[in-house]
Amino acid sequence: MDAIILQILNGLDKGSAYALIALGLTLIFGTLGVVNFAHGALFVIGAFCAVTLNRIFSISFATTDPTKVDFLGNPATIKTTYLEHWFGAGPAAWMTDWSVPLAILLAIPIMLLVGVIMERGLIKHFYKRPHADQILVTFGLAIVLQEIIKFFYGANPIQTAPPDVFIGTMDLGIWLGFEANAIAYPYWRMVYFLFSTVIIGGVFAFLQFTTFGMVVRAGMADRETVGLLGIDIDKRFTITFAIAATVAGLAGVMYTPITPPTYDIGVELLVLSFVVVVVGGMGSLPGAVLAGFLLGIVESFASMNEVKNILPGIDQIIVYLMAIIVILVRPRGLMGRKGVMED
Amino acid sequence: MSKSILTRRNVLQTGAAAGAGLALPTILTAGSHSGYTNAPTGNTVTLGFNVPQTGAYADEGADELRAYMLAVEHLNGEGDGGMLNTFSSKTLEGNGILGKKVEYVTGDTQTKSDAARASAKSMIEKDGAVMITGGSSSGVAIAVQGLCQEAGVIFMAGLTHSNDTTGKDKKANGFRHFFNGYMSAAALAPVLQARYGSDRNAYHLTADYTWGWTQEESIAAATEAMGWNTVNKVRTPLKATDFSSYIAPVLNSGADVLVLNHYGGNMVNSLTNAVQFGLRDKVVNNKNFEIIVPLYSRLMAKGAGANVKGIFGSTNWHWSLQDEGSKAFVKSFGTKYGFPPSQAAHTVYCQTLLYADACNRAGTFNPCGVGEALEGFEFDGLGNGKTLYRADDHQCFKDVLVVKGKENPTSEFDLLEIVEVTPMEQVKYAPDHPMFAGGDLGACNPGA
Repeated sequence: MDAIILQILNGLDKGSAYALIALGLTLIFGTLGVVNFAHGALFVIGAFCAVTLNRIFSISFATTDPTKVDFLGNPATIKTTYLEHWFGAGPAAWMTDWSVPLAILLAIPIMLLVGVIMERGLIKHFYKRPHADQILVTFGLAIVLQEIIKFFYGANPIQTAPPDVFIGTMDLGIWLGFEANAIAYPYWRMVYFLFSTVIIGGVFAFLQFTTFGMVVRAGMADRETVGLLGIDIDKRFTITFAIAATVAGLAGVMYTPITPPTYDIGVELLVLSFVVVVVGGMGSLPGAVLAGFLLGIVESFASMNEVKNILPGIDQIIVYLMAIIVILVRPRGLMGRKGVMED
Repeated sequence: MSKSILTRRNVLQTGAAAGAGLALPTILTAGSHSGYTNAPTGNTVTLGFNVPQTGAYADEGADELRAYMLAVEHLNGEGDGGMLNTFSSKTLEGNGILGKKVEYVTGDTQTKSDAARASAKSMIEKDGAVMITGGSSSGVAIAVQGLCQEAGVIFMAGLTHSNDTTGKDKKANGFRHFFNGYMSAAALAPVLQARYGSDRNAYHLTADYTWGWTQEESIAAATEAMGWNTVNKVRTPLKATDFSSYIAPVLNSGADVLVLNHYGGNMVNSLTNAVQFGLRDKVVNNKNFEIIVPLYSRLMAKGAGANVKGIFGSTNWHWSLQDEGSKAFVKSFGTKYGFPPSQAAHTVYCQTLLYADACNRAGTFNPCGVGEALEGFEFDGLGNGKTLYRADDHQCFKDVLVVKGKENPTSEFDLLEIVEVTPMEQVKYAPDHPMFAGGDLGACNPGA
């Protein structure tokens, strides 16, 4: 039982990332009708905002220490961060420790800007082109963005720690009546799950309870009529694209302590997120979220030894198998809307 | 109007002429006049450096390329000479190879077998490379080694740790300086027994490809031989980034040791996840839970950060070694690039020097002559102590380093500390050892 609860928690955690990326993908597809293969790269840009802030905090000046030597036997250089020089050791240590959460403040304006530039500069020229063209151009853009990141940050994973207070595990087993440490789950993974539910809730509330959201939803349902009412729907859709980019970016920022980011981490998540979008139903925001968590949990269960002993290799194909079954049984996905991608 | 009469004689004559014409370019480019593929004809010789320049191991590939360029510099008499000065064989005098200036071309393996074969093929067929070397993955090494065997050029493997490279997939034209999974296990097991005792339950997480399989087999055999029990062996997809689903079952499996048969990004991520789940703080069976990473790399240790502290593993070479060869190489490399070389850089630098020296000793670039010169060659001064290139399987035998993640690093490069230098005799095995069985070197292929 404890193993099952652990895998459910793992599934919710993985599902959080899938849901956040799929939510952005669905927002873009639902509003602009664009299949955005560069969405995984937006997740990566977000992740590297966290890395960048950490590096900014680590910018230092060097002094020579004649009492020590470097690996070549020359006098060693001692590095002191400007942060420490300006604010003192205590505040500098605190800012470095909290660099991942603080990176959210950096990521929001950057992702909004990236979203606007991407939509206005490139993607708007492909609105009336076939989906194949959109996929090709956004896929190409994703490769370019990844290679730029690799140029600056290299190809190896970059360790980005959560704040010290979130290092370690919470003993959930005691709360649930199990033995001590039977269900120990990392604090940061729980933070990530809570963070994703807040973001998902925020996006839904924004679309549901604001005038802007109402216009966007109306545009998603019938773009032409909204345009005829004199509303500049294109401007709102640009902002929606930027919001979707920000959601992906924030998902990336907070994911860095879970998996050290690499330039290509977005590719795998993107492929899985597209499966999530299809399973959830093209254009359905609740469907994307539901499918994200569902596939995350199913994938985690498929990794259990008991399951793999019966079906070896099932963990590598379960997500795609689920997609096939769902599409066969419900061709529009779990919560797909009639008429979306059916022409 | 003329009328052509088609006779049997005409057909034969035309066919023979056409056949000769078609074969002519191949005969010329293949250099068959010298009896082997890409025989150098001018005053230069071209080597092919096939390394990952894109993909997950691009940083390791970049370090390999730096070492190759340094080796070429030294072979051509530039720079401080590096390990040419400490190498026990004295045929390399800074005048190239066999008096020909060394030039090179590079290819990108992308850490994909098909891409690596394509780039190696291009370097052989278009650029005239007489030797191919490099790589940072066993899958790639085995694929390229097979291609070089068919093409008739020597393959000097880069970083490849699978037993299969010089086991069931060994080839007469292929040579490996790097150590392998069996050697890691043979070196690690006694150290693990001394530190953690003989009564342990080990759980293996293994990358699902040739290297992972052979390392898992080697480590499990070595630890079981000293009394450890193997609780489970779980294969993980190579593309996995989040290992939480694989780590969670370890928690209540009764295991008190986790062996991560992972390399590169897999190792960084699985170790990070294992630490996140508090495995290192757990007490199981009244023993502290321990994690082992059998194959370490400094570049990967950097990626894993503080998580590697106190974790045992093995490595082919480390920049902190104090023998004359290592010191000369670190000085050369560090002065040129500003940081110490990785084990990948070291092994490819050695391979380049060993190839060049073998050509000089053989007096030819013919792969069969070079192969003969390498087979059974004993040398010293290249950073690993006395080393033997065994003729039976083209595997180098030398001391193996058991290392541990350093608790208090003094610099960003000071991540691993050497715990023990395991002597060559302890990691040696018979050529027909079951873990290496099933393959055959075959005959050397000079190509053309």
